[in-house]
Amino acid sequence: MSTGTLSEAPVRKPRRRRLDASLIVGIALVGVIIIGSVLVASVGRNFFSAGNIRDILTGMSVLGFVAIGQTLVILCASLDLSVPYVVSLSSLIAADMMAGNPGNIPAAVLTVLVVAALIGTANGLIVTKLKVNGFIATLGTGLIIKGYLDTNYKGTSGNVPWEFQLIGATGVGPVPVSTLIMLGVAVLGALFLARTRTGSHMFAVGGNEQVARLSGIRTARPVIIAHVLCSMTAALAGLLLASRLGVGSPTVGSQGGYDLLSIAAVVLGGTLLLGGRGSIWGTIGGVAIFAVVDSVMSVMQVNPFLKDVVRGIVIVAAVAVYTARITERRRPRFTSTGASDAAGGGIAGGGRGAGSAGQGTPAVVQEEQA
Amino acid sequence: MNGTDAAPVLVAEGLEKSFFGVTVLRGVGLTLHPGEVHGLVGENGAGKSTFMKLLAGVYERDAGTITLGGEKVAFTHPVQAAHAGLATVFQEFNLLPERTVAQNVFLGREPKRRGLVDRAAMQRETRALLDELGIDSIDADAPVRTLTVAEQQIVEIVKALSTDARVIQMDEPTAALAGHEVELLYAIVRRLAARGVAILYVSHRLKEIFDLCETITVLKDGALVSTGPASELTTDELVRRMVGRPIAAYFPDAEAGTVLGEPRLQLAGAGNAYVDGVDLELRAGEIVGVAGLQGSGRTELVEGVFGVTPFTRGEMRRDGRPIHVTSARQAVRSGIALITEDRKAQGLALNQSIADNALLVIRSVFARRTSEARRELPGVLSSLEVVSRGVDQEVQYLSGGNQQKVVLAKWLATRPSVVLLDEPTRGIDVGAKVAVYNLMRRLAKEGVAILMISSELPEVIGMSDRIIVMHDGRASAELPARSDEATILAAATGTLKLGTGADR
Repeated sequence: MSTGTLSEAPVRKPRRRRLDASLIVGIALVGVIIIGSVLVASVGRNFFSAGNIRDILTGMSVLGFVAIGQTLVILCASLDLSVPYVVSLSSLIAADMMAGNPGNIPAAVLTVLVVAALIGTANGLIVTKLKVNGFIATLGTGLIIKGYLDTNYKGTSGNVPWEFQLIGATGVGPVPVSTLIMLGVAVLGALFLARTRTGSHMFAVGGNEQVARLSGIRTARPVIIAHVLCSMTAALAGLLLASRLGVGSPTVGSQGGYDLLSIAAVVLGGTLLLGGRGSIWGTIGGVAIFAVVDSVMSVMQVNPFLKDVVRGIVIVAAVAVYTARITERRRPRFTSTGASDAAGGGIAGGGRGAGSAGQGTPAVVQEEQA
Repeated sequence: MNGTDAAPVLVAEGLEKSFFGVTVLRGVGLTLHPGEVHGLVGENGAGKSTFMKLLAGVYERDAGTITLGGEKVAFTHPVQAAHAGLATVFQEFNLLPERTVAQNVFLGREPKRRGLVDRAAMQRETRALLDELGIDSIDADAPVRTLTVAEQQIVEIVKALSTDARVIQMDEPTAALAGHEVELLYAIVRRLAARGVAILYVSHRLKEIFDLCETITVLKDGALVSTGPASELTTDELVRRMVGRPIAAYFPDAEAGTVLGEPRLQLAGAGNAYVDGVDLELRAGEIVGVAGLQGSGRTELVEGVFGVTPFTRGEMRRDGRPIHVTSARQAVRSGIALITEDRKAQGLALNQSIADNALLVIRSVFARRTSEARRELPGVLSSLEVVSRGVDQEVQYLSGGNQQKVVLAKWLATRPSVVLLDEPTRGIDVGAKVAVYNLMRRLAKEGVAILMISSELPEVIGMSDRIIVMHDGRASAELPARSDEATILAAATGTLKLGTGADR
């Protein structure tokens, strides 16, 4: 089409980026906070009070841990439904081993993490070697753990020493220590994804396993590692719950509904359920949105059943928004009036002076080849 | 040119391969010299892709030897081959759309610094490779999904270069490119050759072969026909060697008694988000071919007619009456059939039986005619010469050709009067192709109007009473029967200025 624009701006490369998903989550979060603060103010309370902020952040940390791990697994195009049972099991192992003695804390924490890593390895091996779909594989391992818990524990068990309970109880100003640890893990997770080979390969395996394999990636490894890390972050959530409750509980995980809530938070955060695209920070945003919504509803003393209704609406609405973005893979070439929407996307001659011109053709062809 | 002086970089001898007892390659070999561009041509199914995949290590050969740089090699994985200096640019892109150019180029081989991926180095080296090819329009940091097809093709080539390839195989590299983009690819290929890289160039476009290649190897039905300098060949001679018989013999003539009837389907200025301003008349007893490059809007055109992506502008008439088709179901009810391009994904329920597939449309749209169709089914299948163990066999176990016949049977059961065929002979053997052609002629004689999309120009030329060429979402030209390949290609790449609304 026009090479005219080119002479004016020779090698200017317009940033042809789609609005980043984690940015959308951020905007949504700000929106939710604004609406929430207005609603809270309407009943005469202050949304930004130290107490309220502490409540929200506290509400974020447990789900945050689980969702960070879940993000990795979903990026690899798998799922982990065993997390709530790993959470419960971890709280029990920790509380039982600590048995009220601060000296046992390091050994207990280490054991919990090792056990979780083993469960994650099992999940990963079942998914990659036995080729069982992640949904079913982790449903199975989750049920096995549940069976073990139900058989061996009739109620809460163990005793967490005060020193360990401090983790769940103290904070820096309005920020709980547990939230800081969670955010620290999120930083590590984000770094891992961006700066390690294994992290890169998670995107590749989740995006297109065939491409990953043809590029020489051992496709099982990233998936197994994602499952291991996911179980370990679930274990961290279990440790935190044990610290808060002072005991271990066989039902604390399933009562929290961390399996589906974590998946919802991940998807809310813009990670594709099919894998290959997403980010830790989006997930944290998703978790924050849930926490804010929950907190606003608690302050306004909303009926607990209505709470679930609102949560449900948030999840469905978010996914509907993303799906609308995803299904528009084949970009329109013409506008409704018939005007050409896409400049002939060239390489040498460029014709891509402005905006999104030149993006029309490739998407079409890609789909034909798929 | 300078190629033959140096020692060969790649020698393949006596390569053989069969799949499930069907020999697709028998005793094929060729020699590549540094700096040589070597054309590999043949019809679809001649074994070109299989040959390339044997070299690349995608398939393991049954017999024969491959010598790369003087050493016997036996690759079992394309990555192995790439590391040894033999890179392949496959027809299907091996790119991750959500990742950046640099991340794609170094996928699986990310450079590390202090244990972490060195993103700066990745970007820098990708930039350097792009510069070497003289490409400055691609941002190493841009996600691949934002690139045009041509740019994605370049990323694939850069990926091959980043392994220091001595031999690069390219499978139909221009299949998806527009005219000026092809020029750029030429420049890249020549630049690579000048650097001493040997290039095995597979293409259907004979003009490209003659433009680029010094040596041409012809394959036919899995066997080597000839290898020789391009200067000793003419296009006609090359086609004769590829086809092994005149093109005309391949395509049946119209059956006696075929008459051109009333218009069955008319489009006037039809358009939606993907095509625009399409004028088309399809008359009873007529076969109209649709040519055009991939992504030119051919499939989108028939999807518009069939109501998959309904037209939002212009007018559509069926048997002279205006009709607005907004769903596939409505299209089927009005006597339109669409044989889709991808039979495995869109045409068949692979793990259901032949009978279930053949009755699929009838059952769901004309449920009352099911038992009648069921009675007629054996006759329809045998008239299409479907080879199977019975109507209860799952279609996934049938050959491509027989699968396609089941798709045709499925649509014939609805007794359509307008049949839209999207790449009806893709990936099926010659016998099945001829069966499809004969069926088209028979339908035409019965007064059915047929629209056939095809990427194979000989097919378009051999079967069509008229040829519509799509370019950039518009019908750029309407050409008479027996137009030559050059004219069609010119229209498809937008360099021909004639016909209906050819250019803006």
